[in-house]
Amino acid sequence: MDRKNNQLKETRTQELIRRLRYNKSATFGLIIVLILILCAIFANYLAPNNPSPSPPELFNALKPGFWSQKGIEGMPLGTDALGRCVLSRLLFGARVSLSAGFVAVGIAMILGITFGTVAGYYGGWIDAVIMRIVDIMFAFPALLLAIVIVTVLGQGLSKAMIAIGIVYTPQMARIIRSSVLYIKEMEYIEVQKAIGSSDRRIIFHHILPNSIAPVIVYGTLMLASAILDCAALGFLGLGAQPPTPEWGAMLSKSYSYIVSGAWWAATFPGLAILFSVLGLNLLGDGLRDILDPRLKI
Amino acid sequence: MKWYIIKRLLMLIPVLLGVSILSFSLIHLAPGDPAITIAGEHASIQTINAIREKYGLDKPITTQYWIWLKQVLKGDLGRSIVSNESVTKEIADRFPNTFELTMFSMFFAIIIGCIAGIISASRQYSILDYSFMGLALFGVSMPVFWLGIMLMMIFGVFLKWLPISGRISMMISFQQITGFYLLDSLLTGNFEAFISSLRHLILPSIALATIPMATIARITRSSMLEVLRQDFIRTERAKGLSERMVIYKHAVRNAMIPVVTVIGLNFGLLLSGAILTETVFSWPGIGRYIVNAVNMRDYPAVQGCILFFAFMFVIVNLITDIVYVYIDPRIHYG
Repeated sequence: MDRKNNQLKETRTQELIRRLRYNKSATFGLIIVLILILCAIFANYLAPNNPSPSPPELFNALKPGFWSQKGIEGMPLGTDALGRCVLSRLLFGARVSLSAGFVAVGIAMILGITFGTVAGYYGGWIDAVIMRIVDIMFAFPALLLAIVIVTVLGQGLSKAMIAIGIVYTPQMARIIRSSVLYIKEMEYIEVQKAIGSSDRRIIFHHILPNSIAPVIVYGTLMLASAILDCAALGFLGLGAQPPTPEWGAMLSKSYSYIVSGAWWAATFPGLAILFSVLGLNLLGDGLRDILDPRLKI
Repeated sequence: MKWYIIKRLLMLIPVLLGVSILSFSLIHLAPGDPAITIAGEHASIQTINAIREKYGLDKPITTQYWIWLKQVLKGDLGRSIVSNESVTKEIADRFPNTFELTMFSMFFAIIIGCIAGIISASRQYSILDYSFMGLALFGVSMPVFWLGIMLMMIFGVFLKWLPISGRISMMISFQQITGFYLLDSLLTGNFEAFISSLRHLILPSIALATIPMATIARITRSSMLEVLRQDFIRTERAKGLSERMVIYKHAVRNAMIPVVTVIGLNFGLLLSGAILTETVFSWPGIGRYIVNAVNMRDYPAVQGCILFFAFMFVIVNLITDIVYVYIDPRIHYG
């Protein structure tokens, strides 16, 4: 029995990969995401310089990169206002942004799956209470709610992650709830109830494994917006604090220098954010086309 | 229809109560004595005592909420710690700027987004279609603040075509009537001020419009494609109607229904985006005000802005829902 199950799982994963390969934009997204992950893991080896040398090398401040004669060797994308290598900071920034995104989405998933499952499975007053709270949280634009939470928790990268995680919880809870509501009515759940399985068993062995598809799809898309929102908080000075090499914070510290012609320090972090978000969006859209059965109809 | 609106209005009450409870909790969740939180760290003992008296901070928390809610309903959002001005007045002063910016952006986004979507759908798989949809894909992934900086750099710093920050040139003095710069300058016949404020409006509104524009273009395209596949379109074509008539008279009207929902949903994104755009362009609106307030720990100002933003958002959602029912007579909500 177990072997048969394993085989079935394998073919499903294989099918997923095969269908992803046919989808050109999803493949492109996957490649971007893989590059991003590799940059984050191997930042130590890939980065040509220390991302935050101390004391700062101010004599190197705002030097252009490889395109100009005035650039410094070994700093291909130029330096920022404190003389730090932009490329190295971008690579280490991938680590910060990606882990911030994963932590935020992880928090949203844990909370969202818990509340969504409870609301969908038990229904009644508990469902009503949870869904009203969800409605209230939806009454705030996402970034505003994140700002509110950061105001209470205080500034900093870890608090920004928690804030974004909480902000995305209602979305996740709604998705899980609707999926649980649908699965709950299936015959095999009725069978489980008839043979006297406990609620716990039904939820963990039958309902949750079957609602994994929307979690993967929306988790990927959420990761894209989490990275974007985390960068936005960093940009507003409410997220990562200096000298953390976070893309949004890098932008906010260098954009005032574009007036003096130093465009590189503000341009590259933004491109990094743009392509990461684009890659995850493409991948998420592709996964949705494949995994979301509602679109197959 | 009437009953639907009434029901929808009644449903607002719990949401607005929840919003008010959340905003109220902000002061109490913040570390330290709430009276000092409201009055500011450097406030005198008298001020702190006056605050404690006014909001009944020695009473039970439910009573405190009730006292606070009554003040809010009267339009009193407290005093800003930084400027010592009434928060209501500060928000009212900045609201026209945020309103002009968001409306201008939405106008851009709807016009360009819809046109791009319609063209893409009517010429599916053409080069035009691919380029619009490629651009739209970048658009939905765009960090608004970075786009703002890039526009500022290209059109403001390098080409020097447009101003890079502020609401109007400092050199121009003009009389304010309503607070809406474009309207006021027209009303007073101050042409110079009108041009200057319009020029200041262009870059921020393009930056802010990008994401909604991209989403609207994508949804318009997919909705148009769906409609164009339907039987009645085939009938129209069989009747010998020109393609132009088929698309603009029959298909577009039917395709607009989901677009309206997306436009409504995008207002939330627009408000979030306004916070970032206003910060980039030093736009004197509520978005920039709230960021400054958070950084200065000006809790009464933060609280007021949150209430105001959430209230606006809830109202916009309400309007969207009503418009939705109005334009699609097939929909009946019980």
